[in-house]
This record gives sequence, C-alpha cells and structure tokens, in this order.
Amino acid sequence: MGRRVAIVGTGQTYHKSHRPDVTSKEMIYEAVTAALADAELTIRDIDAVVIGNMDHFESINYVDAYSVEGSGAFMKPIMKVTTGGTTGTTVAIAAYYHVASGLFDRVMAIGFEKNSESDTTGAIITCSDAIWDRFSYSGAIPSLATEATAYMEKYGATQEDAALIGERDRNHALNNPYAHLQKPLTVADIMGSPMLAYPIKLGDICPRSDGACACIMAADGIAQKLTRRPAWFKAVSVRHTYTWFGDSTDYNKGLVSMQRASKEAYTQAGIRNPVEELDVAELYLPYTWAGLKWIEDIGFCGPGEAARFVGDRNTHMGGKLPINPSGGVISTNCIGATALLRVAEAAIQIMGKGGKRQVPDVKNALATGFGGCFWSDVVILSSERPA
Amino acid sequence: MTEWLKEVEPLTLKGQIAVPYAWWVGDVGSRFLVALRDEQKILGSKCGKCGKVYVPPRKNCGRCFVDIDEWVEVASEGTIEAYTIVHYSYAVQPVKPPFAYALIRLDGADVGFLHLIKKDLGKIRNGLRVKAVFRKKRVGQILDIDSFELIEPLRRT
Amino acid sequence: MNKAAIIGVAQTKYERRKKDQIFADMVFDVTRAALDDAGLVLDDIDSVVTVSNDFFDGRTISGMSVGDASGGQDKNISTVSGDGTFGAFYGLMRVLSGYQATIVVAHYKGSESDVKITTNGMFDPIFHRLLGIEMISAAALQANAYMNRYGIGEEAFAEVSVKNHGNAQNNPFAQLPMKITVKDVMKSRKIAEPLKLLDCSPISDGAAAIVIADEKIAARGKKKPVWIKGVAHCCEDYFLGDRDLASPVALREAAMKAYAMAGIKTPLKEIDVAEVLEPYSYMEPLWLEGLGFCEPGEGGTLIGKGITTMDGKLPVNASGGALSSNPILVAGLARLIEAVLQVRGEAGARQVKKVNTALAHGFNGACGQSHCVWIVGGNK
Repeated sequence: MGRRVAIVGTGQTYHKSHRPDVTSKEMIYEAVTAALADAELTIRDIDAVVIGNMDHFESINYVDAYSVEGSGAFMKPIMKVTTGGTTGTTVAIAAYYHVASGLFDRVMAIGFEKNSESDTTGAIITCSDAIWDRFSYSGAIPSLATEATAYMEKYGATQEDAALIGERDRNHALNNPYAHLQKPLTVADIMGSPMLAYPIKLGDICPRSDGACACIMAADGIAQKLTRRPAWFKAVSVRHTYTWFGDSTDYNKGLVSMQRASKEAYTQAGIRNPVEELDVAELYLPYTWAGLKWIEDIGFCGPGEAARFVGDRNTHMGGKLPINPSGGVISTNCIGATALLRVAEAAIQIMGKGGKRQVPDVKNALATGFGGCFWSDVVILSSERPA
Repeated sequence: MTEWLKEVEPLTLKGQIAVPYAWWVGDVGSRFLVALRDEQKILGSKCGKCGKVYVPPRKNCGRCFVDIDEWVEVASEGTIEAYTIVHYSYAVQPVKPPFAYALIRLDGADVGFLHLIKKDLGKIRNGLRVKAVFRKKRVGQILDIDSFELIEPLRRT
Repeated sequence: MNKAAIIGVAQTKYERRKKDQIFADMVFDVTRAALDDAGLVLDDIDSVVTVSNDFFDGRTISGMSVGDASGGQDKNISTVSGDGTFGAFYGLMRVLSGYQATIVVAHYKGSESDVKITTNGMFDPIFHRLLGIEMISAAALQANAYMNRYGIGEEAFAEVSVKNHGNAQNNPFAQLPMKITVKDVMKSRKIAEPLKLLDCSPISDGAAAIVIADEKIAARGKKKPVWIKGVAHCCEDYFLGDRDLASPVALREAAMKAYAMAGIKTPLKEIDVAEVLEPYSYMEPLWLEGLGFCEPGEGGTLIGKGITTMDGKLPVNASGGALSSNPILVAGLARLIEAVLQVRGEAGARQVKKVNTALAHGFNGACGQSHCVWIVGGNK
C-alpha cells in the first residue's frame, strides 16, 4: 500500500490537569519543538502538518488556521482531521497517508486538548444526535457503565477484576515523567472511591488533562537516515462502525469495531498470535472495564478470560504482553492527543526511547484509538521495515 | 420525498449548545492584559531572530519558530491600515452598529492591531492616525481599550 | 504523482433551507448519486472521507451523523474539518497510498446555525473574539485593504456579482440565479463597507460528493475519467494584522506548486476554465491575481477586458460560484465538481467550449488564510 512510512520522532508536553501558563497554540509549540528535537530536524524539514482536537473543548473554530504559529505550519500545507476520541489515531493515520501517497516526505502529526478550558461532559453530549439520542445520553460515562454491567452479568467478572486494570496503569505511570496522574492507586483505593454510575467509580475512569503530542512520520529512504530504529507502520485499520448509539448497544456482541479493526490489522501485519508476536500494547482504555472487555475483542484472550489473563499479570510490566507502560488513558487524557499518545508511546517503545518505562526487546507494538460511537482504530508499528 | 410530506410543515427542534468556557490566557497574554489594566500600556514582543515586533505579544515567532523573550512597549497611537464600517448587529458585538473595525499599525509594531472605532465613522480613511482610548474601569481583557479614536480627523499622514 | 482520476460526482440543489432533509439525508443522496455517476457500487469503495465542521453542525464529532449515509460502515472512514477541496486532497492521498476508490462527501446547513456566531468562533478567544469580529466583517477589512492598495473601485467588485449571478442562470443546482446590474449591486444594502448585500454570498444548505479512483477502477468508470494533474495547499499567518491582506501569498505558493505538478507554465493560456471560491465579490479578482492569471492589482480589469466572462479566454465561475450558492465546506468541493463537469463536457448550458484543463480552488479560515488549488484535465 504505497510507500513505507516510519515514525522518526515524537514529542509531548508534561500533561497536567491545568496549564494556565499557555494557550492552546503555545502548548502545541511545546510538543512540536520536542518532536523536532527528538528527530533532530528543524521546522524547515517538515513538508506538511496534520492536526486534530475536539472542537467543542476549546471552542476554537478552524483550529488548524488558529494554531499556525505554534504548529510551525506557516507557509506549509496543513489540514485538520477530527473524529472525537479517535482523533489522535486518525491524525496519525492521515499523516501516514500523506507520506505513503508519495506526495510528502516528512509530516508532522499533532493532537492536543485543553480539557480544563471547558465542561467536558457538556461538550461531549453534543456528539449525540440532537433529536434522537441527546436527551437520554448524558455524556461518556453512562454508555460505558451499561457496557460494563452487561459484561459482569455475562461472565461473572467483579469490580475488583476491573480495578486491577486501574492499579496496573496508574503504577505504570510512575515510570512516565509526562503522565498527568503520578500517584499510585490500589484496587482498594478504587473500590473505596465514590460511585458515579454503577459500576463505574471515580477511580475507574480517566482524568481530564491539558496536553499535546506530536509525531514525525518519514518516508522509506529518509526515515533510515534520521534515526537508528524507525518505528515502521506495519498495519493501519479504522472501523468507525456506528452512527447511532442505539445500534451499538448489543453488548453481547462485544466491541464490534475493535474486533473488525484488529482482525484487519493482524492480517495486514501477518500476525496470527497477537500475544506471542506483539511485545507491547498501548491501548486506549478510558476506564478500567475496557481493560477487561476490549482485550478480548482485540484477540489477546478468549471471551470471559480477561479477568484471569490480567490477574495472572500477563499485562503488567515484566509480563508476557505489557499493556500501557505509559500509564495509558487512565493516567492521562487530553482527548485530542490521547490516541496519538498511544501511537507515540508505541513508537517510543520500538525506538528504544522509553527510559524507565521501556519494555525490553520491542519488535512489534500495537496502539489503539477509541471514541465516538464505539469506534476503534488499530495501528501496528514494527522495528522491521515491511517487506 | 413522498408526496404527503410535501403538505406537512416539518418539525424542528430548537436547541442551543451551552458549554461554559474559560480560556487560559497564558503567561504572555496575561502580561499584555495586565499592562492594559494596570498601566494603560500596550506591550508587544520582539523576535530575537527576525526582529519583528508583534502586537499582541507572542510566546514564539511563527516564522522563525524560535522562542521570543524580549518585551517592548509600543505606542498607543498608530495608523489605519484597513477598516470597515459594520451595519448589521448580532449578540457578540460590544457596541450597536454602525461602528468600525480597523487594523491599526501602532507606532513601534511590525504588524496590524485589530480593534474598534466608534466615533467619526464618516471621516475614517486608510492612512489616518488614531489613538487608543482606555476604559475607566479595566479588568484585564482586550476591551480595557474601549476603542480607538481619530486623532485629527481632517489631517492625513 | 501516480495517476488518479475523479470518476463520479454529485451535488444537491443548493437552497436557503432544506427543511425536509437532515445531514444524513443529503449525504445519502449525493453518495448514492456519485456512485451511480461513477458506475460503481458501494462494495467498490474501500475508503471514505467525510467533510464537516463541529461548529457549523452544532455537534461535536460532526462526522458521526453521516457515517452510515456516506457508506462508511465497516470501511476506513475519516473526517476532514475544512473546505471540501482539502477533504478531496485527503481522499486523493488515500488512493495514491493504495486504496482503489475513495468517496469524499461534504455537507452543510447554513439554515441550522448562526454563521456570525460560528465564524466569530474562528477568532482568537483572548484578543479578538470579544470585539465581535466574524467572517463577514473580516472579509470587509480585506476588501478595503485590497481596494486601498491598488485603487480598485467597488464597481469592479460589483461586476463579479453581476457576472456570477448571471452565470448561475445556466446552473440548475444554483440557489440564486439572477439577472442584475452593477447599479443593482451598488444600491444594495450596506453590510460592512465596502461590502453590500449583493457583494456577499447567501446562506445555503447542501451536500456534494466525488469519487476518486486509481487507474484500474477509472478504466471501468461509466464516464470519461477526469485526471488529477496537480494539487497543492498552503497556509499563511493567522492574525489578520500579521498578514498582507491585499497579497494572497499562501494562494500563490499553492498555485505555483500545483502548476509545477501539472507542468503548467503559462496559466492564462493553458487553463481553459476556472472555478474559484468567492463568497465575497472582491475575492474573485484577488484570488485570480494569486493564481497568476494577471499581475497584482489587475484582477479588477479581467471582466471589463472580457477575459473571465463566459465567452472570454478564461471563463471564471461559469457555475455562478459561491456568490450564487454558498454551503460552506461544500462550496469548495462544488468548485471541483464543476471543473470535472467542464472537462467531461457535461456542464450543459454553462459548458465552456473545448475544455481540456480546468482549475478549481477552495480555502479555509478568515480572508482565505489557507488555500487549496486543483488542476484537472482530460489527458491522462
């Protein structure tokens, strides 16, 4: 599929609950300059920019036009791609196509959000259809809660099983200087936290963060000159399957979009046994139950087996397939950047730049994006240039 | 569309998105607004690489792509580069029409400054000199400058 | 650049208010029609790009409302938030990356939102939004800067409105076909000086779709493929005060790149028809200067000299342009569709004779901050 493309540098801000010292465009500048430094490039080397966020969180229309000063897009091509929570992965994927098409050699992908500037739930509610869905659908949490109860009922998973995901990711975050939440959380802490919408408690869900992330994608032939271990795109799959929330509520089917996207991605990458052939996964898990349900949908284990798979510490650092060494979404959630951070962190693992959060000997890394109406994106990166 | 629908007045649902926003002004913007509020001064920032003086001030130069850390005070007076007299009204406007928007090249700045002109609309021309009029009660926002006024309406630079 | 062609197009009739259709209805209609026009079925499409804007739709994740209707279920679908010409660019990149056929579909309903509030939202929240500036008053500033730089009179802009509304009489999709005079424009109600009512585009509802395909699929298409010869986009400064509003540098850069890709050295000679996005009358001459069809400052003379009229050397906006129909975002895609129809020879009453190479243009941001230029032609 077109030219081979690799990530050659990444940058991100130190994510926080509030960044009062910067505006959105100033925050973007931090991530972009960090990515350029990482790749040892200057802004003059960048041929095109792709940017995304969720408009209603900052209420800035045409954010691609607004942020030129910070994105370095002055007198360059820039376009905006936005798809809700999946924005970060769709921005990475758009940047990938920019290079794969042969039209651009070095492209900057930028995702950002200043969630502190607005009411997150108020803004998210407007994603549902005004006439049919909006009155009954109050934000992101209720639909995820219904999904969780359906899973618990079907497989007998407990709240503690889910809480282990939170404990795992929050502990992983301690190794990541960029992560927003830097305090460990135990299963007991999560169980004792206030109930929001049964069975989701405060400790089960992600924070709201201000942050930005930038990745530089480069073409085959150029990537190899820029970095010792480029993170090659081996698979790209997008399934934004549903339009109406009502259509997505047969929870017995699982996260259909993730099932389809991961299947296609594994075929593209020639992966038959994900748990054996992947070395690390950065998954978009906005709440703990996702860490049980969706790893079944992505094929890491069979239906109903997730609680035991995670409980056996297969996905903790040092395990068979570490998940979210960065701390994941439960530790940092600047929505427009969040899915791009999954791709960036996967690239960091392959490039060997993970510092304290580095998983040893990473050859294949998987990243996912989630958002919208139960949509999923899957990206597989590899240290091996695709044949 | 089916025939019977053509007879019917379609239902509409009126709605409004009400999401409260509070934008972080940031360190650089804050310094600018505080100078408006406390000193009735207009500050800009100067790029060390290309020498351009930006008003409002910037944290980095978009062209050179380097940090900016030099502050300069620009004059409260300048020259009209472009203007328009607005004749329609809507909720967000701070004043009822007719009024004017102008891009003003303040003395000492290398870029135009966007603001309002409320008086002597018929006398506004490109190239005329204007000066900032500050509000008596200032709170640290762009309208601490109430508007700009023609300095000598009949004299052109 | 590998070969890719536009093989299917569709647009709705543009209207002040499509009261019987929601976004998804409009999108479904043009998606189906574009597929039919291409002689393809949904299974032939392996990639979808929708074009919409969260502010204009009053809906965050605005692409969600049209996922099903655009044929995106179970396909690689994404959303570009910006003018349709940029969405089409993304669609092209997917085809060049290996997808066989991408459908690009844009939608907009001006009747359902308040364009002053939503375009006020384009401006910096700290320094400019409280001034109340929005798309129209910003455009008026640019018109003033342009007039002042070159001594162009308002009548020259009025001529554009007369030409384009007049041309719209030949376009069955156009919202405002009108037979007007320069005097009518000059007498029309002042909006923001120098712009008067007839210098401004209307509020419109509409949708449009195109199918971009690789060489193999293009060979199967129902109609003559229209080949993409060159395309580029470029963005300049954000703050109006940082820019030289009378000199569209980003457009010039994009045009130069697109011409170089297409091997065009003398645009005025080698391009047979142009569709440029001109929601305000002054924009047509200003963009034509940026596109290199004349020297800076000369844009206002092109109609008077008979160059950009229907029987001229380079007819511009034979469709009636955005002055006649302006569903924002869709309007740029419509320019590309009109260019395709001209090359195919399917433009009916608005057909220009012997069109082999056509130019289409769209932009994002206030006063055309970011421009996208397309060159399409009949030769492979």
